[in-house]
Amino acid sequence: MSYWRKVACVVLLLVAAVSLAANWVAPAGYAKQYREAAGAPPSHEHWLGTDEIGRDRFARVLYGTRISLLLAPAAALVSTLMAALIGGLAGYLGGRWARAAMAVTDLFLSLPWLFLLITVRALLPLNVSPLISVLVTFLILGLLGWTSAARILCTTASSLRDSGFVTQARAAGISRTRLFWIQVLPNLKPVLYAQFWISIPAFILSEANLGILGLGVAEPLPSWGSLLKELEGLVSVGEEPWKFVPLVLLVIVVTAFQMVLSKPEEVAA
Amino acid sequence: MLGRTIARHGITLILTALLGGFLCATLVRLAPGFDSDQEQLDPHLSSESIHALRQSRAEQRNIFRFYVALVKGAIRGDLGTSTSLRQPVTALLIERAPLTARIVGGGLLISWIAVMTLALSAAWLRAFAYDTLATALTGLLICIPAAVLALLSVLWNVPGALAIGLIIFPRDYRYARNLLAKAYSLPHIVAARAKGLSELRILFWHVVPVAGPQLLALAGVSVSLAVGAAIPVEALCGMAGVGQLAWQAALARDLPLLMNITVLVTLVTLLANSGADVIGHMWRGQQA
Repeated sequence: MSYWRKVACVVLLLVAAVSLAANWVAPAGYAKQYREAAGAPPSHEHWLGTDEIGRDRFARVLYGTRISLLLAPAAALVSTLMAALIGGLAGYLGGRWARAAMAVTDLFLSLPWLFLLITVRALLPLNVSPLISVLVTFLILGLLGWTSAARILCTTASSLRDSGFVTQARAAGISRTRLFWIQVLPNLKPVLYAQFWISIPAFILSEANLGILGLGVAEPLPSWGSLLKELEGLVSVGEEPWKFVPLVLLVIVVTAFQMVLSKPEEVAA
Repeated sequence: MLGRTIARHGITLILTALLGGFLCATLVRLAPGFDSDQEQLDPHLSSESIHALRQSRAEQRNIFRFYVALVKGAIRGDLGTSTSLRQPVTALLIERAPLTARIVGGGLLISWIAVMTLALSAAWLRAFAYDTLATALTGLLICIPAAVLALLSVLWNVPGALAIGLIIFPRDYRYARNLLAKAYSLPHIVAARAKGLSELRILFWHVVPVAGPQLLALAGVSVSLAVGAAIPVEALCGMAGVGQLAWQAALARDLPLLMNITVLVTLVTLLANSGADVIGHMWRGQQA
């Protein structure tokens, strides 16, 4: 493992640990309001100040980080499993199955990602409870984010289907279903692992985009998207620099995720 | 051969439009709340009016009939009426498309000038420090959400086209740099360098013909990225384009409007990809 990958792993573990310990580390709950100190600058009581309705920004950053760091990998898991099932199965079966699956994949891929996200998000009710909104947001990411991974998996599974050991197993009389679960799927693991890691930062960024556009996690639950929405009210960059802390944290985490997978050939090896 | 390629792309385009339209219509029809209408709660309406409203909704219950009616309308140029803005969708799109086309086109131009300058110089110089710096810059930009870049462009009074350029530049740069680096490492180019051919001659006679078709394909894909980037840029910079319209439609759950924009955007991106593919095909044909 290279030096920078180690650093990235340590950063991710540190951020995850602090955000998971938010209940003890944070000075208050994410929704607790200090009405007498609304919009306050950083102080001993509120390290990152308070937002316009008096909620402690440091606490909200910690809880928001926890939500994004827990649910983005969950969404990545959903999308990777879907890609494995759709792409892997289509590649393994080949013929018209592969063509049909790839036609659907192409249809999804021809749409710009953000357009697809906001369209599907708008199809579902917007006035829902914060908990439902958080689940809906990340579930949409997971259910729509499988397409590019499915394309790669279809190609990989298709080459596995024609490989010597699969032909030999087929000649030995192993059923197609068993062959897929026992021989093909385990051999797709390195690609699945890479796709899972690639999806996490992509989903974190997508949630942030949706949140800023007001189509993400509903208030009062914090997420990186809803925290970054605060930047909308700024008049200049230097005015309240502490408002950029969620952005800096997001950039650090996304960079760390990308550095963990900086050499895909190492993962595939 | 070229005619067949164009025909194949044309058929794909029509089929995707029909299939995508049907998928959108199905999703809109099945979306929660489609059967109910805010107007039905209006206390000023008589029972006959409410009954007429319910009747009009009931006619749209069958998905196939609903879709056929939409296609018939689209052929006549009638894309329906926006439920939130109470205006014909066709008029809204005609009014807003020029601005989006302008900023998306400008963004693509800015991005590709930056991509080619940086990628070519990185492949040409082959200096570790320069390459690391360029990779770090693009790596940083790629980690910033598109919507934040749009917000920062408002703060710094940067034009929308530049914001779109900044959003798509890091994504395109990585692929372009790898393509050019791969082309520069080809044996015949290494041999040409060893023989002392000038760098410009190597670039235009040997590198561009090899990497050109793939760079064209990348340019086609970047249209999709640019159109996607138009949503946060237009929404947050207050620009009345199609991206802002899509965002407003999403917030108001104006599904007919959103559906039409989605199909239109799909067609534009497919057209760009097909165009890039056909030109690439012609290029390869000329080389052969």
